[in-house]
Amino acid sequence: MANTKQRVQLVYPKHLVDKPILWELAQRFKVITNIRRANVDAECGWIDLELEGEEEEMERAISWLRQVGVEVNPVERQVIE
Amino acid sequence: MGCNEETQTKKMRGLKCRECGAYYPLEALHVCEFCFGPLEVDYDYDYLRTIVSRERIESGPPNLWRYIDLLPISGENLVDSGTGFTPLLKAERLGERLGLRNLFIKNDTANPTWSFKDRVVSVAITKAMEFGFDTVSCASTGNLGNSVAAHAARTGLRCFIFIPADLELGKIVGSLVYNPTLVAVRGNYDEVNRLCAEIASTMRWGFVNINLRPYYAEGSKTLGFEVVEQLGWQAPDHIVVPMASGSLLTKVWKALKELHRLGLIDEVHTKVHGAQAEGCSPIVRAFKENAEFVRPVKPNTIAKSLAIGNPADGIYALQAMRESGGVAEAVTDDEVIEGIKLLAETEGIFTETAGGVTIGVLKKLVEQGIIGSDETVVALITGCGLKTQEVLTDRIAQPVLIEPNLRSFQEKFAELAVGKV
Repeated sequence: MANTKQRVQLVYPKHLVDKPILWELAQRFKVITNIRRANVDAECGWIDLELEGEEEEMERAISWLRQVGVEVNPVERQVIE
Repeated sequence: MGCNEETQTKKMRGLKCRECGAYYPLEALHVCEFCFGPLEVDYDYDYLRTIVSRERIESGPPNLWRYIDLLPISGENLVDSGTGFTPLLKAERLGERLGLRNLFIKNDTANPTWSFKDRVVSVAITKAMEFGFDTVSCASTGNLGNSVAAHAARTGLRCFIFIPADLELGKIVGSLVYNPTLVAVRGNYDEVNRLCAEIASTMRWGFVNINLRPYYAEGSKTLGFEVVEQLGWQAPDHIVVPMASGSLLTKVWKALKELHRLGLIDEVHTKVHGAQAEGCSPIVRAFKENAEFVRPVKPNTIAKSLAIGNPADGIYALQAMRESGGVAEAVTDDEVIEGIKLLAETEGIFTETAGGVTIGVLKKLVEQGIIGSDETVVALITGCGLKTQEVLTDRIAQPVLIEPNLRSFQEKFAELAVGKV
């Protein structure tokens, strides 16, 4: 199955800021992570990321991120106005 | 004023990334391929200076297209729904209540679908037609959907509006009446949000606030242009702007700077202040914490049209407020309702909750001494109160009930006269 790409913003709540989430993601799932922009402080962190992989694997990876408490948004942020 | 196609094409250099400065062609693109930063239209101001003048603008139509030279439109087929050039009203009675001698209300409830969104959507739909899209779309729970559906109806374009499936249908009558295809997506708000962005990246449609966003957002500048023109080509001392994504505030500030850069006004001393409801105030919080970035929040406020917890233009709104010397302030939901009532009772303008936020914050800024009593102040009222009537239930006066005879009325009138009722 062909790889696809998705652009997402990950938002880390305070309690996950010091956790190696992306490392764990790469260990658990066959997805390529490519960081384009990011900011982390003591209260919060966000990463604009390109995810690449098979569609179902990416969906599993995104579900896992949400399960551990990371918000997964489009890089456009909130598009519902 | 002629809309000469050559003139309108020469004025734009391309799309430019706001973060890394990379250039892109003037296409339906919105994100930088390199850094994922947002793209913005880049104008050739040296060229614009040779064609734009007060006289040229004043001889234009009495709507937002009088500013076409400063909008990202190339062709001659403009979507004219009568949007823009809304009243700028001197607010004597509200000013008296707040202690302001030169207060003005920019009444954008006077737009075709009763909100400022008609400005951005007029530009986006015009651009969608230039790009040859046969379908336009957006994800919206309110004003944006209303405006996109109405403009699609007027132009005959196909229209898809996406909403979260658990949204009450009563909220979207103002979109449904124009007969778009309304797609209700099962899932929580974040899932719906992400799906809509994904759909936008797969369909060859004009998503007004996604792939057309660099053009769409420019429509907000017309609010700033109009305020200055209606004040006799003077920038006010203060403008109070409601903030959702932060785009409106960013573009109003850009508009003032453009007018100065083009020599249409002598100076820009305007302080641009941002207003949010406390229940969704990520930009205000970042401003007060002196933060560089905006931390997303989960909205919990009656001001639904401002309830953007993860604002796309938050950091640019922060920059605009800081650059202009303005501040960011928030009000409680109670203060929002008081703001709606105060504007209605003193000026006869019925605003939605976003306008209540603006008036509430205006009041606070006067109390804090940030706005002085003799300064020229403009408050942007961006949407109509009929859209959010439910928030006023139990918060406004009840009817005076009488029997169907004159005596009953006279008795009640006597009580009213002495203040018993």
